[in-house]
Amino acid sequence: MPRSAKWRSRTCGRTIEQNRDPLVNNSPYFLKPASVQSVMLRVLVALLPGIAAYVWFFGAAILLQIAMASIAALAAEALMLALRGKPLMLFLSDGSALVTAWLIALTFPSIAPWWLAVLGTLLAIIVAKHLYGGLGQNPFNPAMVAFALMIVAYPQLMSQWPAAGATDLAGQLHAIFGTRQIDAITMATPLDALRTALHTIDAKASVAGVLGSNPGIGSVGGKGWEWVAAGYLVGGLWLLQQRIITWHMPTAFLAALFAIAGVFSLIDSTQFAGPLFHIFTGGAMLGAFFIVTDPVSGATTPRGKLIFAAGVAVLTWIIRTFGAYPDGIAFAVLLMNIAAPLIDMYTQPPVFGHKDKRGDSP
Amino acid sequence: MTALQRLFKFHGGVKPAYNKEASTGLPIAVAPTPTLLVIPLHQSIGGMPRPLVTAGERVLKGQRIGGADGNVSSAVHASTSGTVIAVEMRLMPHTSGLSALCVVIEPDGRDEWIQRQPFDFRSATPTQTRDYLRDAGVVGLGGAVFPTYLKLNPGKQGKLDTLVLNGAECEPFITCDDVLMRERAETILKGVAIMREMLRAGQVLIGIEDNKPEAIAAMEIAAQAANRAAGDSAIKVVSVPTRYPAGGAKQLIRVLTGIEVPHGKRSTDYGVQCFNVGTAHAIYEAIALGQPLISRIVTVAGNVGLARNYDALIGTPMRDLVALCGPLPDSDRVIMGGPMMGLLMPADSVPVVKATNCVLVGSKQLFPPPPPEMPCIRCGECAKACPAELQPFEMYWFSRAKIFGKAQEYNLFDCIECGCCAYVCPSHIPLVDYYRFAKSEIWARELEKEAADVARERYEFRLLREEREKQEKAAKLAAKTAAGREKAAAALAVVEKPATTPEEDAKKALIAAALERAKAQKELVHPGNVSDLTPEQQAEVAAIEARRAEIREMAKPHLRQDD
Ligand code: SF4
Ligand code: SF4
Repeated sequence: MPRSAKWRSRTCGRTIEQNRDPLVNNSPYFLKPASVQSVMLRVLVALLPGIAAYVWFFGAAILLQIAMASIAALAAEALMLALRGKPLMLFLSDGSALVTAWLIALTFPSIAPWWLAVLGTLLAIIVAKHLYGGLGQNPFNPAMVAFALMIVAYPQLMSQWPAAGATDLAGQLHAIFGTRQIDAITMATPLDALRTALHTIDAKASVAGVLGSNPGIGSVGGKGWEWVAAGYLVGGLWLLQQRIITWHMPTAFLAALFAIAGVFSLIDSTQFAGPLFHIFTGGAMLGAFFIVTDPVSGATTPRGKLIFAAGVAVLTWIIRTFGAYPDGIAFAVLLMNIAAPLIDMYTQPPVFGHKDKRGDSP
Repeated sequence: MTALQRLFKFHGGVKPAYNKEASTGLPIAVAPTPTLLVIPLHQSIGGMPRPLVTAGERVLKGQRIGGADGNVSSAVHASTSGTVIAVEMRLMPHTSGLSALCVVIEPDGRDEWIQRQPFDFRSATPTQTRDYLRDAGVVGLGGAVFPTYLKLNPGKQGKLDTLVLNGAECEPFITCDDVLMRERAETILKGVAIMREMLRAGQVLIGIEDNKPEAIAAMEIAAQAANRAAGDSAIKVVSVPTRYPAGGAKQLIRVLTGIEVPHGKRSTDYGVQCFNVGTAHAIYEAIALGQPLISRIVTVAGNVGLARNYDALIGTPMRDLVALCGPLPDSDRVIMGGPMMGLLMPADSVPVVKATNCVLVGSKQLFPPPPPEMPCIRCGECAKACPAELQPFEMYWFSRAKIFGKAQEYNLFDCIECGCCAYVCPSHIPLVDYYRFAKSEIWARELEKEAADVARERYEFRLLREEREKQEKAAKLAAKTAAGREKAAAALAVVEKPATTPEEDAKKALIAAALERAKAQKELVHPGNVSDLTPEQQAEVAAIEARRAEIREMAKPHLRQDD
């Protein structure tokens, strides 16, 4: 209970009412102007360059998906907050639900039926976030839970990606709302094309052959997609500069992915795609700066972050190369989420004065 | 000279707005003697001094009114001459609102000193000098009020590599050390010379944050003069980067020497000892002038018209100082210390004590109530800011869940409560409150466990005694027969008794048991583990104990508050 003690300052000649609520008034008495909201908002801002490139190459459908996912996220968040008896405005305005929604929209195909991302978002917010205790308590990355669930449940729909340049909005809207057949504007992503070709169609197919013959695949990671990735890179670097994320995760993720892809493509470049392809394709760049860096479900110690992100990268490559699904980031992240507490436990940095033998026995 | 010193970095730290200029514009002023002085007897870490005066007695300025009690304690003195009108419980300058025994003196306005005599520490033994400083009431003036005499001990090697003088003063608003260094650099260095001799210190490093160029310049001049006088160049003034908490003793030692003194270890074991500049000044006054510690420099700042430093008598009500500075109408609180670590005062009538480096007047505008607490998002900002290199969010998590063992595994007791973590936390979690709560709970449980252990030992001892009595009876019986003689000796050997008559044995056992009981009972009051701690640890126990009741109460509603 906040105690209130009034005391009269005789020499000042007036009463100073002193609020003795112990938690309002304990040191430190002033705080750095920082908030969860400002962190989340800056993450959203950092996504904008990537989104802009997305719209440019693949049409405005993504904006609609983002809007729908956002509304679904806020609605689900409000519902769960109300059910859990939490202050509504405080948590609704923290921006965390929006970040989840945007990541879902950006990892789902932008011309998939509208309910796909909405359903994914509802699952992410209600199940992966609130049933685990809400903000800060979720052991799994909610956006990745949504992706994993939906790709298992609707593998076909989750593979309907827009073709670069097919930016016709009317066609995209038809696709999203299911009002017309959509084959004309979709195509497989490079990762998908590669996986399908190498695994199923033709035992003699080679990476160069698949990528070279596919008109939708650009010079590095897929036509248009490499620019979207570049947009994420720009936003991610800004997040680094804003000190919202540290260098550990993106660096370890990209370096590990580059390394493992590089080694295998050196061994057999016909069967394994090169490192640049892996980095600039699929969700790699988004993952490096916006997904593996989720602080709640990831590792937190400096060394732990390196291990966590490198682990995600290696698993991603393995799933991409040998797995049944086109992109492996979601599963890789979820697998590493399980390991995160253990990684943290074994990578505790030494505390002040305990760094060497001397600290223990002077 | 300052550029030559190699500096080390400490991890973390923050850069809050410093707000120091406001109180450095004017020189130190002597605060007027108040109409009533309230001098708490307990002003240092350690044992509470015994009152040496009674109501009605006339005291002189500098007269000892509280005698040091126990291994860790420090005397207190009358700050001016006058009449003791009461020795009674008064509100203490502490957040808890607890009262403690104070000597209330009505000044007579004559300001009549006791007879002051310089102390010839050169011809005294180190123990005598330390006793003298204890009785002169000299304690650390940086805010920790650790009895200084205990630290003026060179330790095992009999000498010290480095004496660190702390003039960093990293807390926002506080400038008492700054102005002291500007105005009394020479006397500080005279104090340093005394300390250096007592500690047989090789070099002296005076660390000052680089946002105090005037203080650095003044100390530089004084240090050069002192070096010339001593014919060496042992004293160096070092400008250290401004970053809170550079003035934490451990952080400053690290910055200046690269040495990290772990929690619970004596810095002398690492060849270094750290004192506040104000303490050096007090040592000089005590030894060279024969003046006990009866006043100190206090910064009055914050929500006031004219912030300034005052040389205030110990026992001066804080509101008298505040009134001198013109508090603004919206003032709503008085804080002792700075905004990062200061204590909220229960009223502005509480007295200035030896720990009072700053009287900070607050308002809603200056220190707005924190935004609502959000859940931890594990962003790691706190870990980046923690100078003790802890994982504050892990400690928070376990403290909040009351899994104190785990919190301890994450080195809770290495936390210096600097507040950096709470300062940067985007979720506005009052992290330090959780640590205070957890620490107090852990100590409470520890003490309870000790008490239980003592009780168990008593019980086991009783069993042992009964067993022994049985054996002794058997021995007696055996002794009656000549054939049983050897057997009796064997039985006695089992209980490790000298060859005395069985009757004597039984008696002795009874006496021993009684003694043991008495000891155990005593230990119930003062749990056994406290006795073989270092003075620092004892002091910590005492400080934590003192905060326990308060913190428990403070933390309870909060811990209930959500989930
Ligand atoms: S700064 Fe606050 S929110 Fe971030 S990890 Fe630390 S306690 Fe959690
Ligand atoms: S208060 Fe404790 S945990 Fe927080 S930053 Fe300071 S030392 Fe670290």
